[in-house]
Amino acid sequence: MRKWLVQPDFVVERDPERCIQCQVCVRQCANDVHSYDPEDELVSSDSATCVGCHRCATLCPTGAISIREAELEFHPNANWTAWTIRNIYKQAESGGVLLTGMGNDRPYVNYWDRMVLNASQVTNPSIDPLREPMELVTYLGRKPDQIEFDRSNGGYSVKTELATQLELQIPVMFSAMSYGSISLNASVALARAAAEAGTFANSGEGGLHRDIYPYSKNMIVQVASGRFGVDVEYLNRAAAVEIKIGQGAKPGIGGHLPAQKVDRAVSETRMIPEGTDALSPAPHHDIYSIEDLRQLIFAIKEVTHYEKPVSVKISAVHNVAAIASGCVRAGADIVAMDGLLGGTGAAPTMIRNNVGIPIAVALAAVDSRLREEGIRNRASLVVAGGFRSSADIVKAIALGADAVYIGTGALVAMGCHLCQKCYTGKCNWGIATQDPYLTKRLNPDVATRRLGNLLRGWALEIKEMLGGMGINAIESLRGNREHLRGVGLSESELEVLGIKPAGVGA
Amino acid sequence: MFQLRDEKDMGGCAISGIMSEEGTRFSGADIIRSIAVMHERSNGLGGGFAAYGVYPEHADRYALHIMCDHDRGVEATREYLEATFRIVHDEPIPTRQIEEIRSRPILHRYFAEVRPEIKERFYDETEEDMVVRVVMHVNADIEGAFVMSSGKNMGVFKGVGYPENIGTFFRLDEYEAHTWLAHGRFPTNTTGWWGGAHPFGLLDWAVVHNGEISSYGINRRYLANFGYHCVLRTDTEVIAYLFDLLMRKHGLPLELACKVLAARFWSQIERGDPESRELERTLRIIYGGALLNGPFSVLVGHSGGMIGLNDRTKLRPMCAARSGDMLYIASEEAAIREVCPSPDRVWMAEGGVPIVGKLRHAEATADA
Repeated sequence: MRKWLVQPDFVVERDPERCIQCQVCVRQCANDVHSYDPEDELVSSDSATCVGCHRCATLCPTGAISIREAELEFHPNANWTAWTIRNIYKQAESGGVLLTGMGNDRPYVNYWDRMVLNASQVTNPSIDPLREPMELVTYLGRKPDQIEFDRSNGGYSVKTELATQLELQIPVMFSAMSYGSISLNASVALARAAAEAGTFANSGEGGLHRDIYPYSKNMIVQVASGRFGVDVEYLNRAAAVEIKIGQGAKPGIGGHLPAQKVDRAVSETRMIPEGTDALSPAPHHDIYSIEDLRQLIFAIKEVTHYEKPVSVKISAVHNVAAIASGCVRAGADIVAMDGLLGGTGAAPTMIRNNVGIPIAVALAAVDSRLREEGIRNRASLVVAGGFRSSADIVKAIALGADAVYIGTGALVAMGCHLCQKCYTGKCNWGIATQDPYLTKRLNPDVATRRLGNLLRGWALEIKEMLGGMGINAIESLRGNREHLRGVGLSESELEVLGIKPAGVGA
Repeated sequence: MFQLRDEKDMGGCAISGIMSEEGTRFSGADIIRSIAVMHERSNGLGGGFAAYGVYPEHADRYALHIMCDHDRGVEATREYLEATFRIVHDEPIPTRQIEEIRSRPILHRYFAEVRPEIKERFYDETEEDMVVRVVMHVNADIEGAFVMSSGKNMGVFKGVGYPENIGTFFRLDEYEAHTWLAHGRFPTNTTGWWGGAHPFGLLDWAVVHNGEISSYGINRRYLANFGYHCVLRTDTEVIAYLFDLLMRKHGLPLELACKVLAARFWSQIERGDPESRELERTLRIIYGGALLNGPFSVLVGHSGGMIGLNDRTKLRPMCAARSGDMLYIASEEAAIREVCPSPDRVWMAEGGVPIVGKLRHAEATADA
């Protein structure tokens, strides 16, 4: 075998005293790191292909395996880091585009870590969610400016015909992750967990597999530029339809599903040939301008008899406020925005790491703009892109979001270890793969329970934080930036975020 | 002393309201005694009153109560008002010299009518919209000037001091009104600004309140959607604007406005009959940004009467009593007993359920 210049990312170490030659690691690693030599009756490891997913180390019954980052073998250089050098070696070798999976891993400022929340003291009682009602119910969809009503025998009856709303028991939804990019077991678990928790999961551009049908009332289905899996039945089966314009991990380009992951079931669900790359066009070729978007929105509304909210998902880019405003005026009932840290199953590394803006600033700008224009109530704002905890979510809602999409967080709940190799189709955790040998590792019942637990835990935490602020309904937090303060932010960042620095009172 | 406006006001308070539903006018002596009983609930940094039916001789004119730092402010304000209004009469607001009240601003009142040519030019606005616009401009842009109240046949009298002293200072015992509201302030910041005292007045709304609105940040931004600019940064201002938006602009009856401001919990709404469920659900979905969250007890005066409202979990005290056509609402029962020792009925307000005093012969703007 020719030795190439790229050195391993990780070092796999096996403690010979602990290893019992049971070969669990051999069977678990789809990257062929571990092998068994029957003649020597010895298990050994080759670090070259290790992706650092920890599957072997986690399942090793004797704890014999440890994995650590390969030591920096290059001369120290602040600019030409090992990462940049390795990338160049890879491209010099292949002549291709650097690919990656999951969200941006570069050390950008994470604005959620630069904002802190408020709590009541003395002048205002905090509320104890274990003893008092605490409401997280959220309605997504278009709202009119005011109610119309009739007076009828001493009472009042509603005249306003409210546009269909999505009712969320917790303002957290599962982000678009297509069947194809993730396994059917993972897709089913997301849909079931959403249904059980009273929230929604998003099909991505993967179509709707038959096994998801029972949960379709809790599904948002996507219409993306490739139109994979889209037909009238698909649109009408779902609770809402989302037009995917962009994705935080790869603004400006379409989705990528490598041919390795397109097996028979995926091909049927997406309505594409088996074993072909499913590459969505960069733009929708029927949307070259805002008025075209309006036509697609209303085409979908016509087909779904104006019964389904239509969401437009965009990536957060420089001019996001004007773009979002345009989407609202074009008829979107929900505007979903995905930021710089948004995840993906496959994206060019350079695009993932360098295109788009952080979701917090995009959200702040959009919420403020829509309010300035007096159209904030016409559409709900859903934000995505790197939400790691209930605290991130509370901060986003205080900045102005109606709800949050989580993708990576949900995958991690199911066992993902963020090795960023989703695009290889060799996910050892059975999530981002279609290999039946691997997918059966993810038990959908267990995954559903773990997702439900995560939502429940976050709901409890959100309630505690709300109660601390003296608030007992989520709508009183939404857009309530008085409860946020910035730490370590420049004046211009504070201005964009519309918050005060910590230390400044009411 | 005006630059402190952007400090948000917070703290505890005393409130009291007395009203004759028949519209019988009575002197301000009672309301002063009532609020004085709750002296311990204030700290001397603010007190004020609102009186309705107080200017029968100018009943159809906007009574603009204005405070100014200096004479220039008075002149600038007059000049600006005259562009929109015909000023029928104006005078200094009469005061007594009392030891407890110091550093008073210049206090002046105008009785004015909107000029017909202005109504013609801004044909798409109501007269009230024009008044609101003028008031907001004075408060935000005329240096050293502040409009305390701008309703018809009503006025706000307020300043820095204990409420009983403010009442004596403004000679309220010499006025007669059918509805009186009073407020004693306990701010936790030390703002000594006369305009920051309560009640807050806009058009014929006057609001006194005890509490801190934890939803303030979103209420303010929600109101900005509809063109209201909260210059004072007080919860009270937000409450007044919300009432104005819901009742005057959106035409909600009082009952529904209260269901917006102190909405019932979803679980309570679910238990209602289908019609009320539909109504309350729709109200909450549309008006989420107007929900007042956090502890409050609030008294709202308007030309049609007086409303008392507690937050939906009742985190602030509010007591009410009736005696004949008289309605009393106060932070403490003692404040009621002081002026009405044996009422027909005394009760504690329920969270989220308004107590409504309705002027019998009034043209109710609040058609409850």
